[in-house]
Amino acid sequence: MSASVLYDAPGPKARRRNVIFFIVGALLIVALLAWIILTLAAPRISANGNETPGMFDASRWDIVSEPLLWEAFFQGVVNTLRMAAVAAFFALVIGIAFSFARTARSQWIRVPTAVLLEFFRGMPLLLMMLFIFLVFSTGSYWAGVAALAIYNGALIGEALRAGIASLPRGQKESGLAIGLTPVQTRVFIEFPQAFRQMLPIIIAQMVVLLKDTSLAYVVAYDELSRTIKNLQNFLGNNYLFTLFIIGLAIYLVINLTVSWIARFVARRSGPKLGSTTAAPPGAEGTTAISLPLRGGYGDDGSAV
Amino acid sequence: MDAIVESTPLYLEGFVETLKLLAISGVGAFVVGVLVAAMRISPIPTLRTFATVYTELLRNVPLLLVLFFCAFVLPLLGVGFDYFVLACIGLTAYTSPFVAEAVRSGFNGVPIGQAEAARSIGLNFGQTVSLVVLPQAVRMVIPPLINVFIALTKNTSVAGVFFVIELFGASNRAARDHSDAVILVLLYAALLYLVITVPLGLIAGAIEKKVAVLR
Repeated sequence: MSASVLYDAPGPKARRRNVIFFIVGALLIVALLAWIILTLAAPRISANGNETPGMFDASRWDIVSEPLLWEAFFQGVVNTLRMAAVAAFFALVIGIAFSFARTARSQWIRVPTAVLLEFFRGMPLLLMMLFIFLVFSTGSYWAGVAALAIYNGALIGEALRAGIASLPRGQKESGLAIGLTPVQTRVFIEFPQAFRQMLPIIIAQMVVLLKDTSLAYVVAYDELSRTIKNLQNFLGNNYLFTLFIIGLAIYLVINLTVSWIARFVARRSGPKLGSTTAAPPGAEGTTAISLPLRGGYGDDGSAV
Repeated sequence: MDAIVESTPLYLEGFVETLKLLAISGVGAFVVGVLVAAMRISPIPTLRTFATVYTELLRNVPLLLVLFFCAFVLPLLGVGFDYFVLACIGLTAYTSPFVAEAVRSGFNGVPIGQAEAARSIGLNFGQTVSLVVLPQAVRMVIPPLINVFIALTKNTSVAGVFFVIELFGASNRAARDHSDAVILVLLYAALLYLVITVPLGLIAGAIEKKVAVLR
């Protein structure tokens, strides 16, 4: 529901009160920020009595003008994106394969796939990465790509299955009625609709995948997070804060951009949503969620 | 087989540590998340903006970086907790926006007529939310919330990278000690994670089915 239903349009009195709240709230937040910044800027005395300069001291930021630093960060970003792009492609392929196997007519395919999906979804990505790295000795890049692809593939497969399951029965029946084989019905009638319906979830999963490339840190793949750590080892603790802030800013720019694109695409494919399935009661009142509430893993962060 | 028997004590310790991380940061994330969700639907614009920025910021930073901040940068700023507490702080901060989003989407799932009806009989904002919308939203919030906690279970493994000997840390160590039986040792760890995540998933599914019938 839109928030405005919960309270009246403010009258003169409430508007005055809101202005006061606004000012008080803004002051509080500004004070909080100021406190954080001042605390960071203050020089501190370490346990052995040495004074270290504040976090915004010039001696901590002089590396910013160093081109080698930016080269290292650029390489980190390229490595992160390279892993994410390849893993996203394979995750999609694996997800589609899983969804077909999971909805197969034969029990001998369906049940083992369900168990396998449950297994892949239930264990931490980190453990899977380590497993592939140690057992198959693939090298850090392919260990990261393989683990990301399998894990996210399992999640996408489950989402697609939910999409196929949510289609009206008539779709399949009419497909069979005009003489398509069961496989043709699945491929040409059911799957395209399920895919379109689940597109927002799949794209949200891609954003998660991009974030999760940072876990390749553990197999010593030089992506963005590892770059921060490497630079810290190289330049010393004095620059850690600076390096962290730069890395954080880069992550935020990349992820916010991708999230924004994801949201844009989700909205573009939005009006088609729900045209094949009945909207749940009350859905007409929802403004903030574009994703279906049900259907396994969604935007609710389950796949983080 | 020896590897499994030998690593069992270490794994049990790690398992308990994982459960502790899950419980502490789960409760913490729930409290913070509900507060943030309440701020996001409140009539005061400053709080709304603050909550939105908080959510967007933390949702777009990888968990590894959050814990990196907690483990390496916070001590530099003079925060002298041990790694377990720091990991709890990081996991709480990272998970809370996801809790907030789950709660908010539950709110959005309540038919708008409910709030309109409550408003039209003269209830104010607090009454509308607490007496009419919230009780209905809770039912719909529980399954996605459990999914958030399943994700948190898996996410606790990242704390293992930052010197907390929980299940992932333990398995990492065991894999190093028993390099001849890496497959067994790691599958053992995966199984222990599944012991937590699968039942949670089943509960979520069961509740979801029940709610679907009720609606």
